[in-house]
Amino acid sequence: MDNASLPVVVALMAATLRQATPLILASLGGVFSERSGVVNIGLDGIMTCGAFFGVYGSYKTGSPAMGILFAIIAGMIVSSIHAFLSIHLKADQVVSGVAINLFSGALTSYLLLVLFNRQGQTDGVNALTYPKAFMRGIPVIGGFLSELNWYVFMAIILVFVTYFILYKTSLGLRIRAVGEHPKAADTLGVNVYAIRYLCVILSGALGGLAGASLSLGTTNLFREGMVSGRGFIALAAMIFGGWRPFGAMWASILFAFADAFQIVAQGFGWAIPYQFYSALPYILTMIALAGFVGKTTAPAADGVPYTKGER
Amino acid sequence: MTANANNSHNSLLNVLKSTYRTLLFPLISIIVAMFVAVLFVVWGRGVGFFEGTSLLFKAIWNGSFGSKDSLIETFVYVTPLLFTGLANAVAFKTGLFNIGVEGQFTIGVLITAILGLISGLPAIVHIPLIIVGGILAGAIWGGIPGYLKAKVGTNEVVNTIMMNFIAMYLSNYIVMGPLNKPGVASTPEIRPSAMLWRFLGENNRLNTGLFIGLLLIALVYILFWKTTIGYEIRAVGLNPYAAEYGGISIKKNMILAMVISGGIAGLGGAIYVSGIQHNAMELTGFIGYGFDGIAVALLAKSHPVGVLFASILFGALNSSAISLQLVNIPKQIVFLIQAIIIIFVAADYIYKWIGEKRKKEAMING
Repeated sequence: MDNASLPVVVALMAATLRQATPLILASLGGVFSERSGVVNIGLDGIMTCGAFFGVYGSYKTGSPAMGILFAIIAGMIVSSIHAFLSIHLKADQVVSGVAINLFSGALTSYLLLVLFNRQGQTDGVNALTYPKAFMRGIPVIGGFLSELNWYVFMAIILVFVTYFILYKTSLGLRIRAVGEHPKAADTLGVNVYAIRYLCVILSGALGGLAGASLSLGTTNLFREGMVSGRGFIALAAMIFGGWRPFGAMWASILFAFADAFQIVAQGFGWAIPYQFYSALPYILTMIALAGFVGKTTAPAADGVPYTKGER
Repeated sequence: MTANANNSHNSLLNVLKSTYRTLLFPLISIIVAMFVAVLFVVWGRGVGFFEGTSLLFKAIWNGSFGSKDSLIETFVYVTPLLFTGLANAVAFKTGLFNIGVEGQFTIGVLITAILGLISGLPAIVHIPLIIVGGILAGAIWGGIPGYLKAKVGTNEVVNTIMMNFIAMYLSNYIVMGPLNKPGVASTPEIRPSAMLWRFLGENNRLNTGLFIGLLLIALVYILFWKTTIGYEIRAVGLNPYAAEYGGISIKKNMILAMVISGGIAGLGGAIYVSGIQHNAMELTGFIGYGFDGIAVALLAKSHPVGVLFASILFGALNSSAISLQLVNIPKQIVFLIQAIIIIFVAADYIYKWIGEKRKKEAMING
């Protein structure tokens, strides 16, 4: 909120969208993975890898676009470990996800020392340039648009794309079938393993992009622990949103709003401790899951490994 | 007589066989993880394979068991891991995944930091008070997701993850708000009457909490294999429907296991504060013992005695961070080793998979 001339409400909305962006992207990743029946607790670690390799890519090539590509590829590689463990080796998906989180945290801070020769955080790198002045020139909503960044647009477009794939294409029908009743889908000739691999790796790509939107989109550098549980908030948003792309988006925006609002609330002199806002997403998700706010139901085969030919 | 001798010989052989089978996979995981770590050292330092191996292992040995100080420090790390490892093991035995051990540990830490401030109590009252407080706080924190799982059917994994964060922010609120020690991001130090005895002198952080942990290993062993409660918990974990058919309540045992698991984790938090830390600090991330406990329990295959050995391994790795940095190996390599161990433990299906493949081949070829 560096623009003092902007009304508080507009600045608040823009800040909300900026903070919601990594959550939206990662929660879309969660939607793909879990809709196909693979629980992905590893999103937090995937985001960490994305954040790191996004910065590394931009640092190496000088091009932020290449950074984003690096982040996506890193996310895909890490998630393919998760996919292999949980689909092929039928590992406990939660264990595998926990392992991915620990692995990513350790790997990135190790690489930070080896590749950047730095402790704690990297130097600043090139980020995507956003035409702030041009956006401000747009009538009525110009002030609002100027406070955003490209990742916000990417996230919102990808919500529509995800919705379209899941509900309007035959691929989406297959994904949902595999997540609800893999055996029935298998009987009808759908390759359950292939669909699950695709979805987990897609979730890695989205998680990696989410990480890049955090590192390249906000600070232009990678700091250890910068993801700070956002992967889990995204997971919560996905559940709160009922495993649906638009639901996940609105939940992400709600959670980000709580976060952005605390700064404004402090300005009002409201004496609610900031820790309460930080804890709010988790409390809301537990309440929603317990069935007090609408009904959220996970895909029927979520978290269950599939063995071909087993009764 | 001979038949009897034969039988006991067979059963001994069976015990040896099953021990070998249980130990084989964790050992392979550890060896592979170490091997990968050596590759990282070789790449990071630009040294040869054998030099890298000797560098890494020497540093880990020196930092963990090589000197008296490092040995003491290793067991300082082992102490909380015993509790969080056992807490995870209890949940695993019931077929539940208590990711919330981290949060239950944190709540134990918080409660102890609060109760430890009460003045005027003799140690003989104060220490039992914080122990009971830690157990209760952890049990409640674990019981809530257990209850929700049993009564509403919500996934305990998601709920415990949520409760980890709630515990962290609640703790931060207390630490930075009502009980903040001015000028620092922590609570004031607890009273001496609430501190566990550091039996090797004040400068060594090792304390009687270690023995409480060892005692707990025995208690959990007895609970699992010598009591009805333990029998029911294991029965539910092995096959809930068969257990229910046999008259064992799934719901009751799920809640019970989460309460016990949380209580052990909370106790671990209490021991951590009263023996090692002496206050609660603001958390920018999780303390981590709870998550390490998952790895410990997995590596131990949820066996209480295995938890002891796995805790020693992880404690040794954690305490070798400094000596690694002395030879210019980033300490992060330790966490890398731990993560890779879990990846391989998670993949233990590969073992069954190879077995099944062999069986199939035998069926086709034979």
